[in-house]
Amino acid sequence: MMAILRMLGILAALSILFVLPSRAQDSLPPAPFAYTQLSDPEQEAKAQALMETLRCLKCQSQSIADSDAPMAGDMRHQVRTRIAAGEDPEAIRAWLVDRYGDYVSYAPVVSETTWPLFVIPLLIVLLAGIVLWRRMRARG
Amino acid sequence: MKRWTLWVPLALFALFCAFAGWQLSRPKDEFVESTMIGKALPEFDLRAATADRPALATRDFLDGKPRLLNVFASWCVPCAAEAPQLEALRRRGVDIVAVAIRDRPDDVAAFLARYGNPYSRIGADDLSEVQLEIGSSGVPETFVIDGKGIIRYQHIGDIRPGDVSMLLTKLEDVR
Repeated sequence: MMAILRMLGILAALSILFVLPSRAQDSLPPAPFAYTQLSDPEQEAKAQALMETLRCLKCQSQSIADSDAPMAGDMRHQVRTRIAAGEDPEAIRAWLVDRYGDYVSYAPVVSETTWPLFVIPLLIVLLAGIVLWRRMRARG
Repeated sequence: MKRWTLWVPLALFALFCAFAGWQLSRPKDEFVESTMIGKALPEFDLRAATADRPALATRDFLDGKPRLLNVFASWCVPCAAEAPQLEALRRRGVDIVAVAIRDRPDDVAAFLARYGNPYSRIGADDLSEVQLEIGSSGVPETFVIDGKGIIRYQHIGDIRPGDVSMLLTKLEDVR
């Protein structure tokens, strides 16, 4: 019993280590539009849709809509202020792609480097179709 | 149909496994490189990040002299690690200007007092606006800017002792 209690004590002490923030963070408050929605619901919907398809640069498996990284907050601020200024969501995406490459966007586009991703599946489906068709014909 | 064609799917599968295994054994490249190399710095005019160094604006890069633009923050640990290397570059006559990301003047001053101040100018980028404009995805990063304000090279992560001579060469190349 004592051993179990001691074990639990050690585990509790260890868990504190993991709860403490492991990474240095800045002390500035978040950007004005990092967590504040736009007052116009239509604009906010546009901003939200765009933010869900932009990659967080610091935490690359999340969108900037999902991330609490300060840099993601600053990117949301950029998106919301640009949408509020009347900019087109795709123009904002293009602005980011100009700076970080295709990688920053979760909405894939056909480009010089990405075209095989679109062409190869089509080729495979086509090939499978041909094989299937020849077998059906051979049987029939 | 010839016999050997039976082996084609297996061979393809083996090829796929070899490719996947090779990719899995390689360390993942976490860096997102800027695609702004060869392009001009954006128009910006930042306030001074600390009391004892002047502010930073685009016009400060247009004097015909190449320099380093260091993106740092007082809250960033590797930024402290690269301080001796920046100091070494400064002693070699390199002009280093900086953008402090999401930082308070007091924190910047304390950081520089502790780790040294190799910068001739420091601008404060409170909303990461300049950082996003130049395609930088974290701190620290160091850009080589030529005398016309064109971004010529990006170094991601802290400057290690071995990178000092490489950066000196890059600066010499754009002179």
